[in-house]
Amino acid sequence: MIIEILSYPFLVRALLVGLFVSLSASLLGVSLVLRRFSMIGDGLSHVGFGALGISALLSLQPMAVTIPVVVLSAFVLLRLSERSKGGDSSIALISSSALALGVVAVSVAGVNTDLNAFLFGSILSVSRTDGIIAAVISILTLFSYLAFYHRIYAVTFDPSFAKATGINTSLYTALLSLLTALTIVVGMRILGSLLISSLIIFPAAVAMKLRKTYLSVSVTAALEAVSAFLLGFFVSYGLSLPTGASIVIIHMVFYLLSSLWKSCQTRFRGHRGD
Amino acid sequence: MTLIEGKDLTLGYEGQAIITSLSFTVAEGDYLCIVGENGSGKSTFVKTVLSLVEPLGGTIEYKGGLRKNEIGYLPQSSGIQRDFPSSVMEVVLSGCLNRHRKLFGYTREEKERAGENLERLGMDRYAHASFQELSGGQQQRVLLSRALMATEKLIFLDEPASSLDPATSSELYALLRLLNSSGITIMMVTHDIHPALNDARTILHLSHGRYFFGTKERYFESDLGRAFLKEAGHDH
Repeated sequence: MIIEILSYPFLVRALLVGLFVSLSASLLGVSLVLRRFSMIGDGLSHVGFGALGISALLSLQPMAVTIPVVVLSAFVLLRLSERSKGGDSSIALISSSALALGVVAVSVAGVNTDLNAFLFGSILSVSRTDGIIAAVISILTLFSYLAFYHRIYAVTFDPSFAKATGINTSLYTALLSLLTALTIVVGMRILGSLLISSLIIFPAAVAMKLRKTYLSVSVTAALEAVSAFLLGFFVSYGLSLPTGASIVIIHMVFYLLSSLWKSCQTRFRGHRGD
Repeated sequence: MTLIEGKDLTLGYEGQAIITSLSFTVAEGDYLCIVGENGSGKSTFVKTVLSLVEPLGGTIEYKGGLRKNEIGYLPQSSGIQRDFPSSVMEVVLSGCLNRHRKLFGYTREEKERAGENLERLGMDRYAHASFQELSGGQQQRVLLSRALMATEKLIFLDEPASSLDPATSSELYALLRLLNSSGITIMMVTHDIHPALNDARTILHLSHGRYFFGTKERYFESDLGRAFLKEAGHDH
């Protein structure tokens, strides 16, 4: 089956783009989940959907509309959730409004726009240009993440200490939101706007069940993301299931297994401690 | 030698002054306790010294080779998530990022220094342990090692004993005494009268609309000082 897949250029392209996006989303996810920003991924993907709908209505190049809109919203959302306790309600307000705008725009644009692809992704229709943009953005994300890894750690672990020792915390928060926004825009092609946030949250959630240091959580999250993507991709190909949803289901299975593992471990330790 | 000098400061936030015409100095090797009621401006004072907020008036100067980002800060415990996945070594190393210039990873010298600082506080056995599984007192020691990574001159602690039991607090105070006798300047915001009574050399008491700054001996002869002792049940 693998050789069969590799013989189709569009499948290889989908595979590569998916791997890149999964990897960057999982690394960003560790920091976002730990800073209690996981809802932002969800909010941004809905904003992305709204932007896609409007670009379809105005017959504009989708990426040219989505990227600036989502990046801008990332800054606004991060600000809101940092500043006030009502941050989560404003995220919900923004994301459902964007979703509504998108649905209306798509329906006005007419029948030739595929609402399904916007909502649930269409990894197999990734074009050459999309592929290149995705690869460039993912490599950029991975590079910045690795280069600033220790500073992102410090800002995530203890923002007040980081600030007091002269680390520009708002700069790194801005970098984080920029990278998240870009990853979401690219990932929406694959998983669609309803499922993309799972690429950000699941790997971190699984890794935090299994590991206890920041480095091992990051590495585990990356490995989980890559294996869930590959497994989901092949399963969906083999059983003719929707790709995005299959990937999310594999993530869910990994999450359940890791929870089970953790509860067994705690119970075992509890007995040993008696 | 003076390390920090505040002159005629007005402190507050959003344009609202809490403390006016405050002047103080921190000398090298000093042990300064900052006390005062809730809402008297202690946390604004902390933020101002750490350059996180600008004073509304007056000046604050860093001298004697102390740069403003070179203060080893130990934040109030509520600021750190207790369930954060991190090894002790990762926490301690993050303290030297203010002087760190390298992309990708720490230098060998930085790692050695982190090991030394853990050893100094008796935590070297736990270098690879998980931070979240340590006891409250051990976590404070790790955070103190991190503060030492950021500076060799001045450590600023914000209510370090607020979540510790009395025995662990005494251990922490003993460690601070040791660090102070090795030449490190200590500044500490505290609700606890014991370090103020036993170890402090200088006291800054912030009270609504007024303040006291001076040596411990003079403080306990002042009105504010006597009132503080009385509240803490040490008025005999």
